[in-house]
Amino acid sequence: MHIHKYEKLWFGISLLLIVGFIATVTYGAVGAGIQMVNNDETVNPNALSEHPKFSDPGVEQVGPNEYDVYVIAQQFIFRPGSTVAGQPPITVPANSTVNFHITSLDVIHGFSVVGTNANTMAIPGEVAEITVEVDEPQEYGIVCHEYCGQAHHTMEGVMKVVPEDEYNGSDQ
Amino acid sequence: MSTKTNTKTFADRFPEEASIVRRAFLVAFVALGLGALFGIIQALHRTNVLRFIPSTDYYTVLTAHGVLLVIVFTIFFLVGLYQWAITRSLDRSPENITFTKAWLGLMSLGSLLAGATILLGFINEIGISADVLFTFYAPLQAHPLFYAGLAVFLVGTWLAGVDWFRTWLAWRRENPDERIPLQTFMVLTSMIMWYIATIGVAIAVLFFLLPWSLGFIETVNPLLTRTLFWFFGHPVVYFWLLPAYMLWYTVMPKIAGGRLFSDPLARVVFVLFVLLSTPVGIHHQYVDPGIAEGFKFIAMVNTMFLLLPSLLTAFTVVASIEHGARQRGGSGYLGWLKALPWRDPAFTGMALAGLMFAAGGFSGMVNAGMNINYLVHNTLWVPGHFHLTVGTAVTLTMMAGTYWLWPQITNKRLYSRPIALGQVVMWFGGMALMSNAMHVAGLFGVPRRTAEPQYQSFSFETVFGTVGELRIQIAVGGALLFLSTVLFLSNLMLSWGNPKTSGLGQTLPPALSGPSDSPRVLDNLKLWTVIALVLVVLAYALPLGSIVADSGLLGPGGNAYPVIVDVSQILTEGFAGAFDSFAEVIR
Repeated sequence: MHIHKYEKLWFGISLLLIVGFIATVTYGAVGAGIQMVNNDETVNPNALSEHPKFSDPGVEQVGPNEYDVYVIAQQFIFRPGSTVAGQPPITVPANSTVNFHITSLDVIHGFSVVGTNANTMAIPGEVAEITVEVDEPQEYGIVCHEYCGQAHHTMEGVMKVVPEDEYNGSDQ
Repeated sequence: MSTKTNTKTFADRFPEEASIVRRAFLVAFVALGLGALFGIIQALHRTNVLRFIPSTDYYTVLTAHGVLLVIVFTIFFLVGLYQWAITRSLDRSPENITFTKAWLGLMSLGSLLAGATILLGFINEIGISADVLFTFYAPLQAHPLFYAGLAVFLVGTWLAGVDWFRTWLAWRRENPDERIPLQTFMVLTSMIMWYIATIGVAIAVLFFLLPWSLGFIETVNPLLTRTLFWFFGHPVVYFWLLPAYMLWYTVMPKIAGGRLFSDPLARVVFVLFVLLSTPVGIHHQYVDPGIAEGFKFIAMVNTMFLLLPSLLTAFTVVASIEHGARQRGGSGYLGWLKALPWRDPAFTGMALAGLMFAAGGFSGMVNAGMNINYLVHNTLWVPGHFHLTVGTAVTLTMMAGTYWLWPQITNKRLYSRPIALGQVVMWFGGMALMSNAMHVAGLFGVPRRTAEPQYQSFSFETVFGTVGELRIQIAVGGALLFLSTVLFLSNLMLSWGNPKTSGLGQTLPPALSGPSDSPRVLDNLKLWTVIALVLVVLAYALPLGSIVADSGLLGPGGNAYPVIVDVSQILTEGFAGAFDSFAEVIR
């Protein structure tokens, strides 16, 4: 097969670019430790009230500086999180590790802490687990970023990262 | 473009086939007009510039915009273009033109059913709705007619492929030693890819969603149907793109005044799409729970390799138009660019579309980068990306290609070339504004698929500029795009009034490096089909198996959530009732 020499050169550069991209993503996964949402727990969306954790979702301290947060996404609120719908905000202390466990009670929703890379789907039947490091005290918005019904645009929440000394676990 | 050549046009040589092409384009352009109307309504609504629908109806508009443009417009244009290409390149009519009319009729019927079901969502009293967006994720549930329409449409496209394969086989019996002509090769490889791709959505619709919407099964597995959707949902983007590639490879060099640089490389590119388009769908599900990290990694690697055919295309297309420019007297390292026919809307439209595809390719690489994707997943960045690819690389090429094809299929000149030139430039400008703003807003965390520009409990923080400026850019860009579509459609309608002129025919020159320079194995379609299927099995058997093993074919339980409340009443009325209410609306 006849291939022009510039075409061969272009082909080589293209392959190099592709391998380079794969290498950077691999570094991100292995070196920087960015894990993908994995295949963890499955649940029956109609039986969340019997689940050991989702029956009473919220924040729970699990280590000296580590917190589990269980969140139920449902039409059109996050429990906890949706302060506009009377839910408490998700509150965690600064400089801690936060493990989110997110599922849906009804349809597919999204869960995204705005302006950060804490971003996952909430799929009925599945539990999404993501771990993030929070640093400075700050208040973040949370949005549902997957269309979930006619009032989808009202589905929002608040996550508060508070100074360690102001954090009071019993409130959560 | 419409200069007299005294050559016969396609319409002269194949009048019946030209009529099929025109009918397919008619459906495509009606969908384009409606889709553009819904597009401008959205752009003005979600930027809060002008509102005349309630936010709850925004999702009806969004569903219609998506389905009409990326299913009806693109695929009807594809079948029209491919019918032209296969007839022209084999110099042969279909084996049975009634069969050709039948599949076009089925596709139209399917589109009408699904389209009407979506549009009925505007009228709450009727109680029919399909506000489930283009992705129709369960357990949100549309009216059964929506899924039925999709199924009928799919069957129509499958039969189109059967028709084209029959034409080719008949040709091959008479020409056993010939290489497959390039355009026919492109049609056949696209259809092999389509058959493989649609396995996913056909299973999702026929075995799960349609029976579930009719009440035959109680539950579905949301992750399974979603994964089956994306099995189809990624290769479908190449089904949009490959007609544009056909125009870039076979028509654009001609318009530029030259010839295709390399026929063998064009074949390699289409084969790569057959092999790699499908085993990548999981890259749309990087942040889905229930799919193990390793499968996502495999999809990422395959996706990156899928850059290869597009990078090769960039080389071949640019080399071909450079050759054309030099034939026209262009010289110098970049000086040849001045010798290109920039006053020809067909050329300029395709060139601008290609340029924007490069930008779309770069934002696509970000999406494909598994870990950076966390930052942009389901933000406005994503529609910003695909308005560059399907919204410009594909759409603008189809518009530009129509300007060139128009005299060939109608024997009429285009009404106005200056308006056409303004139209393609306006599309480019409008999209540059809108897509840029959408990408930037996505980086600030603004989500896609929502009717409201802001939330009550927080506001979006920008690193530079303001969210208000981005909204204005989106609204102005959207308005330019809408105006550009109106100009395109009016120019065609006015062209219809032109008198028939004889001798407008154009021929397509052979490639500089012809098919004989490539190994014959490239034309072995069975081999590529088998390898493609093996790759699909490797990429999908384990993740699908794991989803079914974890929560069953019908999922772990959970209810259906119809997008309207009183769906049960509609079901008892049955399909006849639905048709009656549709008739009411039309009246």
